[in-house]
Amino acid sequence: MKIIACIKQVPDSEAKIKAEGGQVSWGESPLVINPFDEYAVEGALQQKEAQGGTVTALCIGPESAKEALKHALAMGADDAILISDAALTALDTQGAARVLAAAINKIGGVDMVVFGRQTLDDGSGITAAQTARVLGWPMLGLAGQIKVDAGSVEVSRVIEEGRQNVKAKLPAVISVVQSIGEPRYPSFMGIRKASKAEIPIWSLNDIGLSAPAQIVSRVELITPPSRDVTCEIITGESPAEIAEVLADKILAEKVL
Amino acid sequence: MDFSLSPEHQMAQKMVRDFAQKEIGPVIKEYDRRQEPIPFALKRMGELGILGLCFPVRYGGQGMDYLALGLACEELEAVDTSLRVAMSVHTGLCSMNLFQWGTEEQKQKFLIPLAKGEKIGCGAFTEPGMGSDVAAMRTSAKRDGDFYILNGEKMWISLASKADLVLVTVKTNPSARKPSDGLSTFIVDLNTPGVTRGDIHGKLGVRAGATGWINFQDVKVPAANRLGEEGEGFKITMSGFDHGRYTVASGATGIIRACLEASVKYAKTRQTFGKPIAEYQLIQEKIAKMAQEYEIARLLYYQVGWMKNQGKRCTRETSYAKKFATEASFSAANEAIQIHGAYGYSDEYDVERYLRNARGAMIYEGSSEIQTLIQAGYALGERSDKPLRCELPAYDEKVWQS
Repeated sequence: MKIIACIKQVPDSEAKIKAEGGQVSWGESPLVINPFDEYAVEGALQQKEAQGGTVTALCIGPESAKEALKHALAMGADDAILISDAALTALDTQGAARVLAAAINKIGGVDMVVFGRQTLDDGSGITAAQTARVLGWPMLGLAGQIKVDAGSVEVSRVIEEGRQNVKAKLPAVISVVQSIGEPRYPSFMGIRKASKAEIPIWSLNDIGLSAPAQIVSRVELITPPSRDVTCEIITGESPAEIAEVLADKILAEKVL
Repeated sequence: MDFSLSPEHQMAQKMVRDFAQKEIGPVIKEYDRRQEPIPFALKRMGELGILGLCFPVRYGGQGMDYLALGLACEELEAVDTSLRVAMSVHTGLCSMNLFQWGTEEQKQKFLIPLAKGEKIGCGAFTEPGMGSDVAAMRTSAKRDGDFYILNGEKMWISLASKADLVLVTVKTNPSARKPSDGLSTFIVDLNTPGVTRGDIHGKLGVRAGATGWINFQDVKVPAANRLGEEGEGFKITMSGFDHGRYTVASGATGIIRACLEASVKYAKTRQTFGKPIAEYQLIQEKIAKMAQEYEIARLLYYQVGWMKNQGKRCTRETSYAKKFATEASFSAANEAIQIHGAYGYSDEYDVERYLRNARGAMIYEGSSEIQTLIQAGYALGERSDKPLRCELPAYDEKVWQS
């Protein structure tokens, strides 16, 4: 089975994000593989172990995003491809889906594409579905379990109402949730392989695409105003007395 | 001179850190309180390859270098000392000594399962009546045909009750002119009849680590299990300490870092007289000292890792690293408690455990006093390294990974 794990590089979850000159800034914080995408790599590796085959990690991003791909390699992915192009600066989810789909078609013979449920930065959670749409493949979202059997795939979707089992013919696009299993640690063998890996970079030209038009764009980016909260503890002899003081204060503050 | 860590080292460091923080961090307090080893810790460290990370792939290892071993120890002990102790005795004292002194046959038989973590090893040198004075040991082995018969007791042995194999040094020639020439080292299966062992409780620190005793009563050990030649036991034991002390040094560096991180975090949030205590110079002095000593300790053990990779003897440099880092870790933990105030004195925070854990390392694997004597010996020109019959092989990426 030929499996693709789509990953993204995002600022670390502990980064302090703010708007600076209309741009997102995360200061000195490191960039890491999107935590949800570690589950995608895990899910892809589980299928490789169950069915045989290969896992290729695929990422759109600047040169620095190779680090995220190396993490996937260290976890056990067989190879990695970075799609990087100066023309890809303003990319919305639909644009990303077109780029990923073109790359997946170029790779060829792919049976399954696995995504994390969403990214930690933009967090729209729709790139997987849009990629499926561009490819014309079925989309099985929020999978907590994946089972492949003779050319078809059955997943158990983790949804608000409970579990829902759905089945589709391969090739298919799947997004996974945490119940797929804790992402494995990189192995030392994987680390050695990843640190030496020469990761190919594909440009838009390589995948035969011109820069997709941006359909969704940010109108404005602002840092949320900091909340200035003061806390006052009201004390009193009895609950009734405390309630009375509280009611007076609420009225004085014109909250009611 | 390049002080940077390679991407490979950085990834290995992060992997060990993630393991320790995710799997050990949440449960360590509970096991430390109960004075019980974390039941899955050794198994997981074996599965993940941490126990054998610096050995060639053909001997069941992960093909990483000796610096990676130090980095792993720093990460492990930043979470709890009991994890690093496993590296000191299983990897340092036992496996690395087998790698250095063992015959090919012994490496095939013993090193491979140890490096893979399928078997657990420990090292037994100290006795109830002797520690620093290694040549004064009383446990003995008498040759009997193709076997040796071992008798005596070893004490303060980490993993005594958990290990499958022990690397043990005993007296084979009580009438040797120089007592240190009368010692030999054996690798003994701890399930051999005549071996009894148990745990020691009531230790000040490393309470989630198993420390115990091993008794040998007429234990029949095949002569093929003798490591090195008869009479080479002292040299082998000292080689083992070069490896063990390196892991102790790098681990203690992890305690300093943990104290520093905890202190910085606490000092920035705890308020006194209307502002965070981090703004007071008396607190800053303590934090600055921790930061500086972390840097020194780290550079000292990096140097040893580098020397080991080059195949250079580093008894002196290891001694500097071990003595400095263990003493600095105790002092850092002491100051961290002071910064945390009453909270630091209770086990609500981790720093009291760091203090208790740091204390032992100034005693085991060569006390601070013994390290001082070693260092003075080199400085005064009274001590020099003579070539050994078997040196620890220098790291060679091709050899390690083939």
